[in-house]
Amino acid sequence: MVSYIIRRLIAAVLMLVVVSIVTFSIFFVIPRLAGVTTIDFASRYVGSKGASAETVAAIADKLGFNDPLVVQYGRWIKGIVLGAEYDTGASVEHCPAPCLGYSFITKTPVWPELLDRLPVTVSLAIGASIIWLIAGVATGVVSALRRGSFFDRAAMGVALAGVSLPIFFTGIICLVFFSYRFGITAPGGSYTAITENPGEWAYDLILPWITLAFLYAASYARLTRAGMLETMGEDYIRTARAKGLPESKVIVKHGLRGALTPILTIFGLDLGLLLGGAVLTESTFSLPGLGKYAVQAIQSNDLPKIMGVVLLVTLFVVLANLIVDLLYAVVDPRVRLG
Amino acid sequence: MKKRYATPAFLAAGVALSLGLSACGGGGGGETKNDSGSAAGSQEAQANAGLESVVNPSDKKGGTLKMAITEAWDSIDPGDTYYGLSWNFSRIYGRPLVTYKPAPGQGGRELVPDLAESLGKSSDDGKTWTYKLRQGVKFEDGTPITSKDVKYAVLRQLDKDTFVNGPTYFNDWLDLPKDFKSVYKTPDVNTDSAIETPDDQTIVFHLKKAFSGFDNFAALPATVPVPKDKDTGIKYRQHPVASGPYMFEKVEEGKQYTLVRNPNWDQATDPIRKALPDRYEVSLGVEANDLDNRIVAGDLHVDLAGTGVQAAAVGTIQADPQLKNRTDNPTGSRTWYISILGDNPPLDNVDCRKAIIYGADRVGLQNAYGGQLAGEIATGLMPPSIGGWKKLDLYPTATGDVEKAKAALQACGKPEGFETVMTFRSDRPKEQAAAESLQQALAKVGIKLTLKGFPTSEYFSSYAGKPAYTKANNIGLATNGWSADWNTGFGFMSQIVDSRVVRAAGNYNLSVRSDEIDSLIDQANSEQDKSKSDAIWGQIDQKVMEGAYVLPEVWSKGLLLRGKGLTNVFVSGAWDMYDYLNMGVE
Repeated sequence: MVSYIIRRLIAAVLMLVVVSIVTFSIFFVIPRLAGVTTIDFASRYVGSKGASAETVAAIADKLGFNDPLVVQYGRWIKGIVLGAEYDTGASVEHCPAPCLGYSFITKTPVWPELLDRLPVTVSLAIGASIIWLIAGVATGVVSALRRGSFFDRAAMGVALAGVSLPIFFTGIICLVFFSYRFGITAPGGSYTAITENPGEWAYDLILPWITLAFLYAASYARLTRAGMLETMGEDYIRTARAKGLPESKVIVKHGLRGALTPILTIFGLDLGLLLGGAVLTESTFSLPGLGKYAVQAIQSNDLPKIMGVVLLVTLFVVLANLIVDLLYAVVDPRVRLG
Repeated sequence: MKKRYATPAFLAAGVALSLGLSACGGGGGGETKNDSGSAAGSQEAQANAGLESVVNPSDKKGGTLKMAITEAWDSIDPGDTYYGLSWNFSRIYGRPLVTYKPAPGQGGRELVPDLAESLGKSSDDGKTWTYKLRQGVKFEDGTPITSKDVKYAVLRQLDKDTFVNGPTYFNDWLDLPKDFKSVYKTPDVNTDSAIETPDDQTIVFHLKKAFSGFDNFAALPATVPVPKDKDTGIKYRQHPVASGPYMFEKVEEGKQYTLVRNPNWDQATDPIRKALPDRYEVSLGVEANDLDNRIVAGDLHVDLAGTGVQAAAVGTIQADPQLKNRTDNPTGSRTWYISILGDNPPLDNVDCRKAIIYGADRVGLQNAYGGQLAGEIATGLMPPSIGGWKKLDLYPTATGDVEKAKAALQACGKPEGFETVMTFRSDRPKEQAAAESLQQALAKVGIKLTLKGFPTSEYFSSYAGKPAYTKANNIGLATNGWSADWNTGFGFMSQIVDSRVVRAAGNYNLSVRSDEIDSLIDQANSEQDKSKSDAIWGQIDQKVMEGAYVLPEVWSKGLLLRGKGLTNVFVSGAWDMYDYLNMGVE
C-alpha cells in the first residue's frame, strides 16, 4: 500500500511538471509561434491610452518577455520551488515559494490569492458534494429497487431536468425567488468564513449548495440506478438472498457496495475539478472562489493567475483520483492495491 | 478614459425571466421618493429626473452605501487609474487640487477648487499654473497635507513602468529635467523646472508649452496628495492614504473594498462634500445580471460601472412603469465610430471615403449597438456633451443613401465600387454586428468589405493600430471607440485627431491625417478664452467629417437604475454617470 502511494505521488509530480510545460507552452510558446511579439505581450499590461512605444518596450524588458522561452519557463519553475522577487517601484517584493507567479495587472503574487480564494471553493464543493452524494445515491437506489414505479419515473424525470438545466439558469431563478422575492436565503455575493460564524457560513451557501447539488445529484441518481440494476442481477446477490440475509443487508452491503465503484470514480473527478473552481456556480452567485478568480483572470488576460489556477486544478484532480483509488480497496473487496 | 462594460449575459431568456420575477417581488413598496425628498405617497420621481435635477435630496447622515461592479477596475491608487468610474469614486477618499462640481447635468462639468483654494492662476502665457492649498487639510493619520505631498503624488505617477494604468498628460506636458527618470530611480534629481513648492501651501506647475485647460489636469486623481513616507510603489494600491472624508478599512483585491469615515477629515476645509454615509461597501466581481437584480430588489444601491443595466434588464424595466421611473438614460461622452484609413487606395481619395459614409445604414449601426436606449446616431465624432459641440448635418442619418454613395464612387473614379478590409474586436459582439451591418449596406453600392476580428487585448498593438499591419493587409476600415477624459474638446479629441504622433504600434488614430486639423489643435490648446477654444474644437469636428476620416456610429447611452433608498442621485455632466461624491442612504 505504501509503495503504491509513493508511486502515485511520484506520478502526480510528473503530471504536474507535464501540465506546467503544456500550460506554459499554450500561453507563451504557441502565441510566439503564431507571430505575437514580446511587445504585444507587454501591451496587455499597459493600461494607459497611448502609452509610448518606449514604455511598452521597457515593460516587456522588465517582465522578462525578451528572455528566451526556456529561461522564462525556468524562472517560473524556480519561483515555484525557491520563490522570486519583483520590482514594485518603491521596493523589491519577495514572493516566497511556492511562487506560482506575480500578477502585473493587480500587482499581487498569485499563491496568496489562491489560498485566499480556496476556502470559498472548498466550502462550496464539499457542501454541495455531500448533498448530491446523499440525494443522488439514495434516489438512484430507490429508483432501481422500484423500477418502473411512479417514484422511479418521477425521479428520473427530475434527474433529466437537473442534468439539462444549466446552473446559470437555475441559479439566477433560485436567487430571484428565494433571495430577492421571499428573502429566505442570502443574496448573491454573500460569503462568511466558517471560522467567523458557522451558521452564517451555511446560510450564505445553502442556495449555491442546493443549486450545484441539483445538477450533480441528477447524474449520480441515474448512474446509481443503472449500477444498482446491474448489480442486483449478479449471481452473488442471488447467493446472498439464498443464504437468508435480510434484504436491507443484501441491498446495502452487497448491492450498493458493488454499484459504488463507478460512482466513486466519477465522484473523485467531479470533486477534484470542483475544488479547482466551480466556475459557473461561483460566477452566478458572485462567490469569490477559485472559479470566479479564474474567470476574472481570463477576462483580464492575466496569464500568471491563469497558469496558477491551472496548476492548482491539476493538483486537486490528481490528489482526488489518488484518494479515490485508495478508497476502491475499502469499498470493493475485489480491488487490491500493490 | 475607459468605461467598464460588463461581460455578455449567460442566458438572456433566463435572465429576463428572473428580472421580471424580481421586479414583481420588489416593485410595489412605494419607496421611491420625489424630487423634494419627502416620503412616499407624494409625486414620484420620473424617468430621466436625474439628468437635470437632484433626485431625493437629503442631508441625512448615516447608513451603509452599497456599491458593486462586475469586475474590479484598474486600481484604487489615484496615480494609477484610467476609468471614469474610478475618477468619480476616488474623490470620496482623495482630494485632487480641483474637481468637477457635484451638480446635475451641465453644471457638473464646471471645475471647482477642492484641495486648492481656487482654480489655477496662469502666468507666462499659460505655461505656468499656480495653486494655493487650503489650510488645515490632513491625511487620515492626522499629518497635515502640504504642497510637497501633491508634488510627490504627481511625480511618482510619471513612472509608467510602475504605474502603467494612468494617463500620461503630466508626462507629456510638464517641463521635466532630462535626467529625471522617476522618483524611485532618480530620487535626487531636482524637478523644480517642472513643479515648484515655494511654501507648504503653494504649488507651481511649469509646462513645456502653453495650455489653457490645465485645470482639467489638476482635476486628475494624479493630484491627490500622497505622503512620500507611505508610498509603497505599486503596492500603495493596497491602502491609499485618505485625504477625503473616507478611508479604506479593508482592501480585498477582486473581492471587496470597505471604507469608513476618516476621523481627520474636517468639513470646514471641504465645501463640496456632504460625507453622508457612515460606510461604503464595494463588492467586486458581482455577476452582471445578479447585480441588476439586486439593485431592482433594493439589496444594492449603485452599479459602480455607471454604464447602464444589462440588455436583459432593459426590456423588463421598460415594461414596468415603477422601474422605468427609477431610470436615467444619459448620452455619454463616448463615440463608437469607424476609422476610415486613407493609407491604402482608393481610400486615399476623399470621395471614396465619403461613399462609405453615404452608403452606411446608420439605423442598422445603431441597432447593432443596442438601439435607441443604448446609443444616439452620431452625426460627428465629438459627442454632444463636449464643449464646443454643434450638430453637424453633412451626411444622411437614415438607412443609407445609395444614390449619393454611387455618385461619390463615380467622383473618386471607382464607379463599380472597390474592395477593402474592415477590422473589429472579435470579443465584442456589438462591434461584430455593426461590421456585418456595414458589410451588407455597402454591398448595395458595390463596396465589398472583408471582415476581420481580432482580440481586444491585441487589437491596437498588433492590428488596427499598427501602420505596418494596416498597410500590408489592405485595412480600410477599423472599428473604434473613444470616450472623453474630460468633457472638453482637448479631453475628447486630442488623442484621436492629431496626426503628428504615429507610433510603430498602439495607435488610436491612423485615419485623421490633416495639417489643417493639426494646426487648429495647436490654436485651440493655446487659446486662453475657453469659449473660443471650444469653438475651435467644434470646427475640428466639422473638418474631420468634411474629410470623411471617420464614420461615426453612435454616441453611447446607458440606462442607469437608481437604487432604492438612495439620496442625492443625479447624473453628472462630468462623468455621464451618477455623481458619487454626495450620495447618501435613507
